[in-house]
Amino acid sequence: MAQPGTIDPIHQFEIQKLVPINLFGFDMSFTNSALWMVIAVAVTTLVMVYGSASRSIVPGRLQSLAEMAYEFVANTLTGVTGREGMKFFPFVFSLFMFVFAANMLGMLPGSFTTTSHIIVTAAFAMLVITVVLVAGIVGHGSHFFGLFVPSGVPGWLLPFMVLIEVVSFVSRPISLSLRLFGNMLAGHIALKVFGAFVAALLGAGAAGILAPLPLLLAVALTALEFLVAFLQAYVFTILTCVYLNDALHPGH
Amino acid sequence: MRRFLASALFLSSALPVLAAESKGGFPPFNASTFAGQLFWLALTFGTLYLLMSRVALPRVGAILAEREATIETSLAQASKAQAAAEAEAQGLEQALAKAKANAQAIAQEARSKSAREIDAKRSTVEKDLAAKMVAAEASINETKTKAMGNVEDIAREAVSAIIEQLSGKAPTAAAVTKAINAARGE
Repeated sequence: MAQPGTIDPIHQFEIQKLVPINLFGFDMSFTNSALWMVIAVAVTTLVMVYGSASRSIVPGRLQSLAEMAYEFVANTLTGVTGREGMKFFPFVFSLFMFVFAANMLGMLPGSFTTTSHIIVTAAFAMLVITVVLVAGIVGHGSHFFGLFVPSGVPGWLLPFMVLIEVVSFVSRPISLSLRLFGNMLAGHIALKVFGAFVAALLGAGAAGILAPLPLLLAVALTALEFLVAFLQAYVFTILTCVYLNDALHPGH
Repeated sequence: MRRFLASALFLSSALPVLAAESKGGFPPFNASTFAGQLFWLALTFGTLYLLMSRVALPRVGAILAEREATIETSLAQASKAQAAAEAEAQGLEQALAKAKANAQAIAQEARSKSAREIDAKRSTVEKDLAAKMVAAEASINETKTKAMGNVEDIAREAVSAIIEQLSGKAPTAAAVTKAINAARGE
């Protein structure tokens, strides 16, 4: 807990054990992070499963939401990979909905942002790259590695090009995980800092007259953070689609 | 985006000092929580994947496909109905034009028929009138001649009566005729 009057923007990222569980010698406690993962899944399930339960031709509100999410992700996926990408649709859809729900739920005051932990975003990134590698090798065999050999390059340049391609491929999961992690973390820290500014100014006597300034900024940042919460989920999804496209159509 | 990342790195390098008093440094880099987070992530994401791929997505996909099919059939039906309505309208228009032409022909015939009838009637009436006029003229002439004949007799009687009054002696008929003829012949 932060002492009164001090700024502790990191406190919100702390993992707290709610139900201690120990499995096979590992600490598998049900934490606040796990709780918000469960809530993200619950909210997504509520919209997608309960919302579509009535199967009406003229949709209600929740069903419209479910259809909107479906069509949004389906259009993003087919726009990048074409029709054959639809076999990855459940995976891409789950990914988008999980990240989006986690980002948005993280905007609730007092909640925990699971995507602000590097291990979560890194796990997603590794999952995406694993799926890409497996799909590519299963679908195209050794042809898949043609991805690293650009065509129309003079022979002496080829080793360098292959090296660059490999490095760019390996850096994909890193950039994918760091981008989401960094955006979530930085946004929440900035919000907390400006919020703490307001409190500090209000407690500082005559300077309290300046308190509305950081408040305004905090309001603007909150709006921006909502945009970022959506945008990062979208960016994560569309990059996943781009990488999947490489697995489906290797060769430049 | 890059700026956010930069600020995150800056803050993450600066802030652990602030947070160090609370346990274990910067929470996202606290490796002791990794296993638990991965475990719960796998559990929740796996659940979500199963729910989406088995239940939600096939259902929503079916709803969307059904809607598309419904809209398509409705549109086809609507265009068919429109074509039928257009054909019907055309048929009605043709029938209307035919009826109009028919009506015009009937009116034309009626007009010409009545004109013919009127002409015939007028010509009979005219003929009749002409005949009557001729008869009337003849009767006038007859009456006139008769009247003129009577005038001579009356004149003769008047002459003989006047002469008898004046001379006390009735003139002979021959003498009167002679005198009258003389007067007429003057």
